[in-house]
Amino acid sequence: MHQLTIAEIIRGLREKQFSSVEITSHLLERIQQLDGQYNSFITVTGEQALREAAAADARLAEGNAPAMCGVPIAHKDIFCTNGVRTSCGSKMLDNFVPPYDATVVDNFLQAGAVSLGKTNMDEFAMGSSNESSYYGPVKNPWDLERVPGGSSGGSAAAVAAQLVPGTTASDTGGSIRQPAALTGTTGLKPTYGRVSRWGMIAFASSLDQGGPIARTAEDAALMLSVMASSDKKDSTCLDRPTQDYTANLKDSIQGLKIGVPKEYFGEGLDSEIGARIQEALRAYEKLGAELVEISLPHSKLAVPAYYVIAPAEASANLSRFDGVRYGYRCENPADLRDLYMRSRGEGFGEEVKRRILVGSYALSAGYYDAYYNKAQQVRRLIKQDFVDAFQKVDVIMGPTAPNPAFKLGEKNADPVAMYLEDIYTIATNLAGLPGMSLPCGFAHNLPVGLQITGNYLDEARMLNVAHQFQQASDWHTKAAPVAE
Amino acid sequence: MEWEVVIGLEVHVQLSTQSKIFSGASTAFGAEPNTQACAVDLAMPGTLPVPNEEAFRYAVMFGLAMNAEIGKRSVFERKNYFYPDLPKGYQTTQLEKPIVGAGKVEIHLEDGSSKTVRLHHAHLEEDAGKSLHEDFHGMSGIDLNRAGTPLIEIVSEPDMRSAAEAVAYLKKIHSIVTYLGISDGDMSQGSLRCDANVSVRLKGEEELGTRAEIKNLNSFRFIEKAIKVEAQRQIDLIEDGGKVVQETRLYDSDKNETRSMRSKEVANDYRYFPCPDLLPVVLTDEYVDIIRGELPELPDAKCARFEKDYGLSAYDADQLTQERATADYFEQVAAKSGEPKLAANWVMGELAALLNREEKSIADSPVSAEHLAGLIARIKDNTISSKIAKQVFEVMANGDGDADAVIEAKGLKQVSDTGAIEKMVDDVIAASGAQVENYRNAAPDKRPKMMGYFVGQIMKASKGQANPQMINKILKDKLDALL
Repeated sequence: MHQLTIAEIIRGLREKQFSSVEITSHLLERIQQLDGQYNSFITVTGEQALREAAAADARLAEGNAPAMCGVPIAHKDIFCTNGVRTSCGSKMLDNFVPPYDATVVDNFLQAGAVSLGKTNMDEFAMGSSNESSYYGPVKNPWDLERVPGGSSGGSAAAVAAQLVPGTTASDTGGSIRQPAALTGTTGLKPTYGRVSRWGMIAFASSLDQGGPIARTAEDAALMLSVMASSDKKDSTCLDRPTQDYTANLKDSIQGLKIGVPKEYFGEGLDSEIGARIQEALRAYEKLGAELVEISLPHSKLAVPAYYVIAPAEASANLSRFDGVRYGYRCENPADLRDLYMRSRGEGFGEEVKRRILVGSYALSAGYYDAYYNKAQQVRRLIKQDFVDAFQKVDVIMGPTAPNPAFKLGEKNADPVAMYLEDIYTIATNLAGLPGMSLPCGFAHNLPVGLQITGNYLDEARMLNVAHQFQQASDWHTKAAPVAE
Repeated sequence: MEWEVVIGLEVHVQLSTQSKIFSGASTAFGAEPNTQACAVDLAMPGTLPVPNEEAFRYAVMFGLAMNAEIGKRSVFERKNYFYPDLPKGYQTTQLEKPIVGAGKVEIHLEDGSSKTVRLHHAHLEEDAGKSLHEDFHGMSGIDLNRAGTPLIEIVSEPDMRSAAEAVAYLKKIHSIVTYLGISDGDMSQGSLRCDANVSVRLKGEEELGTRAEIKNLNSFRFIEKAIKVEAQRQIDLIEDGGKVVQETRLYDSDKNETRSMRSKEVANDYRYFPCPDLLPVVLTDEYVDIIRGELPELPDAKCARFEKDYGLSAYDADQLTQERATADYFEQVAAKSGEPKLAANWVMGELAALLNREEKSIADSPVSAEHLAGLIARIKDNTISSKIAKQVFEVMANGDGDADAVIEAKGLKQVSDTGAIEKMVDDVIAASGAQVENYRNAAPDKRPKMMGYFVGQIMKASKGQANPQMINKILKDKLDALL
């Protein structure tokens, strides 16, 4: 039953092949048996899940069930859940139980989905390996000695290990796409503003965007149809009607113009990954698409610009964690300064502190123009690259990550090497564009992700393009060996 | 050496919107601590700000009233610093692109002169909470009810040259915001707060002296005293060969002195940057024009109208129009009594004294505009004299009915019966042999002055109720008949 996709579960529940309580119990048991080796969950809400599943079954029996009624999912622990601890992977929020739901969480509740719990993540979503979590690293189901990517490593690993068919995740510089690539799953980061950020704990507000991780493009489309909404509680959320992202999945992609940026195949790309991407592009040609070489001339500036803007915003976003109102507070503070210094010193991990320092520096008097302002100028240039490219092509394709899953601890000593894992994904966030990753084969026996970048609000087309690939390939059906 | 004081003011005005600038929580003053703070105000993780349109409307109203440019595209920024009553660790404010740009305002001084003070800009921002340092056994309590209350910070150019000018400017700001109804302007509750930048220079110097910023001045009186004492401190310092340092100072009203705050607080680097949770706010010309069309009559216009329509002096018109409530009260009295000049005298005289004595605002006046108008009508029709009217007013102030009821109940009606007055005049002349003799012997031009004695005696005899015009006429006739 754990091999079923969301689309299959929806069908099975409606055809009474099994109940929500049955599949929910099955997955909860599986989590209990297997997740010790992956560590993909921080909190499992078994009792609550079974209650929700029973309620879903009742609605299904009544015949007026909403779209995802009874379908088990899990939320990245960055989304606030009313009454359920929301840690954001940090000691700082180990004791934090929100009195409200994130809009994303609420949207899934309204759609009748059943949440199994909260998935592990890099602390405050800062990381590309899921090693910075206070709750310990997540292991890649394809090789337990390797990382699943980050920061949504728990969300990706849980799907790859078939503990849950779909999860919510968030992407600030690649945090959905890179772990999806490293775990052989399908992940989508929507256009900035398509999914509400209300209740999603902020890392870098102008870049953060929630999205789904699932096993197929069809499942991602089903989830996005629930996740996406306009929201008066988030001023940056787009005021656009929601849509059914599954409607265009079956459209032909005959004549589709695929832009292939030459900058994404240069130095630093693992050659086996490069080969898999070329094979995928050939497959698209067979499906009737046309390949167009394009240039994104400012690509190489994306990582440095990102590592100014994201930490700058984070340095302010994380100021609220001061030990005064909620979250971690140090023992016996001597005075106010001591309260601040030790609560934050003890509550935050290394990577978070590094980024707060970098961000504070970039914003400080005398450096603001050289760093923050310059980075914003670069951001505009990067965005313009894409705007120009989308004059000529419908989607852009390339590798999601330059390397397959690396070993735990391998890049810990070198933050810059770690940052470069997001070299192909970051520009999408800076431009606010939608991006996704889908499995397209293996390199060194590890999954490889194909990245599709779309034009603004063109998620339906991207999902169509991904779905057509998955109809013609079976990479997305390969299960991680340890998950058997 | 002749010194010149240079003053610029930063005035914080709390806007009287129903809810906060970025959340739906109430802004009402005086609730139990932390009962008017929602998840956004507490800066709970994942919460986001949503701008309150009313705050923008109020800020635009203010900008238009100050003849200022309106920022058609304003941007919120984060001002970063740690303090326990600042929940997010940054204040959401405006810096580079404020909602209100440069403007100017006319101020009126007590000597009757006027002066223009330039507005540098005014921006929207959120208020912080409050730290409570008492009753917590060596710890501090935090009340976040105020956190997120909308403020406009109004920054003047350094155009004021005396404490009196600074107070006149502040009163004008107070007058404008209360006229617009965008703030209750209550300084005792912190709805209007002021920081003063003060420097001194030798008269004739072009360059500004080094300034000190005096923080948190919460009454007109303290502002005046603080500026005077700070200016004197700087003059003394320079004359003794010292140098003024740029710093923040606190005014101690008990000791009437300013004190330096720790320099560490001044050296803050606030690391401003545009708030990524809020989009730039774009206002259309149409939106601004609609607000312009809805502006109420402002103090200057009202003052000019009072002078013209009611024939009041510039000083009286200015006094009456400083507060909208006073102006409205006056207009009611003037309309109902048909006697604008008498109405002005009474509102600025007896009524002002009464309110001052009882520490009440005109909105809570014990004597309603209608009652005062009724009283003035009785003076006008000679039912009572001005002197008796004062007695009636005092009785009305105690809440004992309108003027007619008081006059009736206390039998204060003016005596205008010729026979009765003639008798009183005769009695007084008969009892004042020596004074009559003096009157007869005096030079004719001295005589009018000497009548005062007789009038006083007659008034006394009539318990003040005799019609003074009639007394004067009858008395003069009778005295002159004795010549």
